[in-house]
Amino acid sequence: MSRLFTKDTQAIFWNNNKTAIQRMLDYDYTIGRETPSVAAIVAPTSNSKFEKFFYGSDEIMVPLYKSTTEAKAAQPQADVLLNFASFRTAYDVTMEALKIGGFKTIMITAEGIPERLARIMNQAARDAGVTVIGPATVGAIAPGAFKIANIGGTIDNIINSKLHRAGSCGLVTRSGGLFNELSNIISINADGIAEGVAIGGDRFVGSVFIDNLLRMESNPDVKYMVLLGEVGGTEEYKVIEAVKDGRIKKPIIAWCIGTIAKHFSSGVQFGHAGASANAERETAEAKNKAMAEAGIHVPASFNDLPGTIKEVYEELRANGTIGEIPEPELKPIPKTRRSKQFICTISDDRGEEATYAGFPISSVATPDTGKGIGDVVSLLWFKKQYPKWATEFIETVMKTVADHGPAVSGAHNAKVTARAGKSVVEALVTGLLTIGPRFGGAIDGAAKYFKYADDNNLTPAEFLAYMKKQGIPIPGIGHRIKSLKNPDKRVEGLKKFAAEHFPRTPLLDYALTVEQLTTSKKENLILNVDGTIGILMVDMWRALGYSEEEIDEFIESGTLNAFFIVGRSIGFIGHILDEKRLAMPMYRHPMDDILYDVQKAEEI
Amino acid sequence: MAQKAIREYDGKAIFARHWNEYFDGFHYGFKSVLVTSGDELRAKAKEHGFEWLNQEPLVAKPDMLFGKRGKNDLVLFRINKPGDVTLEDAAKWIDEKQSHEVTLLSGQHGHLTHFIVEPFTPHTQEQEYYISATTVGEDDVLYMSAEGGMEVEEGWDEKVNEVHIPISMPDSDMEKMVRSHVPADIPAENKEAFISFAIQFFRFYRDMNFAYLEINPIVMLEGGNMAILDLVARLDDTAGFMMRDAWGDIEFPTPFGMEDQSPEEAAIAEADSKSGASLKLTVLNPMGRIWTMVAGGGASVVYADTIADMAGVEDLANYGEYSGGPTTGETRFYAETIFDLMTRYEDPRGKVLIIGGAIANFTDVAKTFTGIIQAFEVYAEKLKAHKTKIYVRRGGPNYEKGLKDIKEAADRLGLDIEVYGPETHVTDIVRMALEK
Repeated sequence: MSRLFTKDTQAIFWNNNKTAIQRMLDYDYTIGRETPSVAAIVAPTSNSKFEKFFYGSDEIMVPLYKSTTEAKAAQPQADVLLNFASFRTAYDVTMEALKIGGFKTIMITAEGIPERLARIMNQAARDAGVTVIGPATVGAIAPGAFKIANIGGTIDNIINSKLHRAGSCGLVTRSGGLFNELSNIISINADGIAEGVAIGGDRFVGSVFIDNLLRMESNPDVKYMVLLGEVGGTEEYKVIEAVKDGRIKKPIIAWCIGTIAKHFSSGVQFGHAGASANAERETAEAKNKAMAEAGIHVPASFNDLPGTIKEVYEELRANGTIGEIPEPELKPIPKTRRSKQFICTISDDRGEEATYAGFPISSVATPDTGKGIGDVVSLLWFKKQYPKWATEFIETVMKTVADHGPAVSGAHNAKVTARAGKSVVEALVTGLLTIGPRFGGAIDGAAKYFKYADDNNLTPAEFLAYMKKQGIPIPGIGHRIKSLKNPDKRVEGLKKFAAEHFPRTPLLDYALTVEQLTTSKKENLILNVDGTIGILMVDMWRALGYSEEEIDEFIESGTLNAFFIVGRSIGFIGHILDEKRLAMPMYRHPMDDILYDVQKAEEI
Repeated sequence: MAQKAIREYDGKAIFARHWNEYFDGFHYGFKSVLVTSGDELRAKAKEHGFEWLNQEPLVAKPDMLFGKRGKNDLVLFRINKPGDVTLEDAAKWIDEKQSHEVTLLSGQHGHLTHFIVEPFTPHTQEQEYYISATTVGEDDVLYMSAEGGMEVEEGWDEKVNEVHIPISMPDSDMEKMVRSHVPADIPAENKEAFISFAIQFFRFYRDMNFAYLEINPIVMLEGGNMAILDLVARLDDTAGFMMRDAWGDIEFPTPFGMEDQSPEEAAIAEADSKSGASLKLTVLNPMGRIWTMVAGGGASVVYADTIADMAGVEDLANYGEYSGGPTTGETRFYAETIFDLMTRYEDPRGKVLIIGGAIANFTDVAKTFTGIIQAFEVYAEKLKAHKTKIYVRRGGPNYEKGLKDIKEAADRLGLDIEVYGPETHVTDIVRMALEK
């Protein structure tokens, strides 16, 4: 892996840090990435499914997951984890990611992770061949390809510092604040950087100077390196060794900050936690001197660093190592952007012809398309093209539930309202408003409880006991007059269709064993039409490959009821039109049909 | 800093709290008290459980993070002969030692305030051993020697065996390593016991998140009784959040001889501890001519380096940094503290104030400068009276507005100011300031 990141690199961002993520996406847009650099966000405590971000002036949705495992399963191509957890949890997040696997790079931002945990974590990553950037870092950048979070600062600064396209310098620093500064210096005195890493300020960081410099040595975009070290530690000596033994041949310009420390015996902590010299060779002077002796370009002071960079760069330009860097065209980020109030993911009326989930209406509307209302439902409700058997089942359900006579509560309401002189829509909604737990709701209930029993491997007897404990009759079981001997033809029809067309019907099979038990207690405790519909819908979704969680969500969100609402609206409208046609007068309920029992209100 | 020294008493208390859990086959009495005066010691002796203070001969010594107490003649273990120190002797000695300033052989000086008092443990030189553990590079290292006390320090290379234990080494391998590296000159009859103790010592050091733990000497008495005669320990304080119960009530004292924090430094430290941002201040020379108010840990170091290089370290008045997005109020407080400190002593050459910083990643420069401007309003006259020349250099989010605002405010208040953005090298304002 000679390059840390490419233009296709995508990350999972642990923690919904909106500002940092927006900065990444602004960067992506500016440099013209095809995919956003953040593929997913892990937000353990959020109940949202996505977060909106600007991409240029448009908005995009980045999916949210509860865990790294879920995020990685859904976005397997994302091989960078940006671990923005706090110092309390950053270790666990990293270790979990290493266990899941598939990550090439893990960046850890938290400062002050317990040292022993940091060491275990860094070692585990090294053993797994994963590059760790941090802890206690602002991150890394491959200009023109991928940028971590806030590194480089604002988009204006990024362009000023030429961090929007690859230059020819490899930059490694400890400090994140000075990383930006160095990028700026390199852009002013040379042609910008090809890859840059701030390794982090804690005492134990994952990848150290030498790891990053060796990678840059093998990265053909990098022509020379700049290293900004610090007082404390001996990491710079590993670089010196690599220069001496020829593993690093490209020129290095280096400086260790913290020469001030020599003036103060102890007690004053200059800079980072890692910045404390325990021995003479760990002082900034000793390291600067040793690096200079090894042939590394070391300026006389930090203030002279720009001049040294300029010299080395110009020499490399003169001898042809570095050529002209073309300036790419940039897409400017609009100054003012307005967040969208509504989101639509099912249909679009902006083009030539409005579409249902990407299909022009004309492609599904007329009979020659071979598409029915079931196909339209599958597109607009589920954003999927269901197979023929499933769309036909949906249509069968809607036809089956279209009406059940004038006496049921919804139809009665609709009729009464129509007779009061109200419009079709007014009368219709009074009918629809009765749909709920008691009227039509058995479809939802049957799906929910039978699925629960099946998921938990309850025997029919255990299921009955469970429902008794809940204090509710089993939804979808029981009919006023029908029984096993006198079966409901609608149920027969649905079962027959399922037997012929469904790949499998595990939940229906289970429900029939429950029915055997209930009918042995009482003849009319059969699986009724509501129950059959609810249960077969679950079987349909299972056969279509939905996960159990997704099916539970359909049930929770009332999707099953929706089939009943659509179907029964046909019947209600029929009743309303019937009333209109008959020009029936205002309805008044007969008084002798009401039990009056009115007591005089007591004074309290 | 992640590693912090703790008192000998607190180190022993951690041992005592976990002894039975870690040191199978050994006993430790933990007879130690930490006192700040002779009276406190006398009072302690009346408490239940501390009867030994009246019954046994005692040893008293300061417990203030410095070593070589014997060589500094700061260990009381004899009046006429070793082991004849009574409670009253110890109490008087403590009162005497803290009545005047003490200068150590190292040159550190200050007042003694904390003392540890323990029973005198009669033993032979042969019973003394040395053991310690710390982290070197990526590995833990366990040091063991058959000789304890001052002897070991004088012949370190010949007398001490080292065991390097990588972080991922399984316990079974660690135990083998300890066994194979145990000093050859430990008497055969004690060897097994020492190996067992060393292995358990290492686990204890590791699990308790010590950064450094040394017992010198550890004395192996009869019947598995262990006496910890002298202990030095540093904890990894970043582990504090998960070790609260295991460590108990731990104090991280300021090292002896370090000047106590000035009220200003203490106030900044207090503000830092309450804030999500970082505010640090150390006054290096209150009479110094060049004062800095620098954003960011890395930048603050390069400014200090550059001032010491170009002007000389004696001109550098302070070291410090503010970062991590402090609020306007926090920045104002920080600036006022510095302005107050820098206008206390005259310098005929006038003062220099460096308001520096690298290019911020996410800190809003205009917002933090608002706090500095507010402090200017309060201190403008004083700053002028001290002929203060102000140099500003900063970049990052909203820096143009920040620079414009601070320039306008300074001009309005009649302050001498120059402002620079990212086009100027970060430390170049130091050169400019000194050329004037």
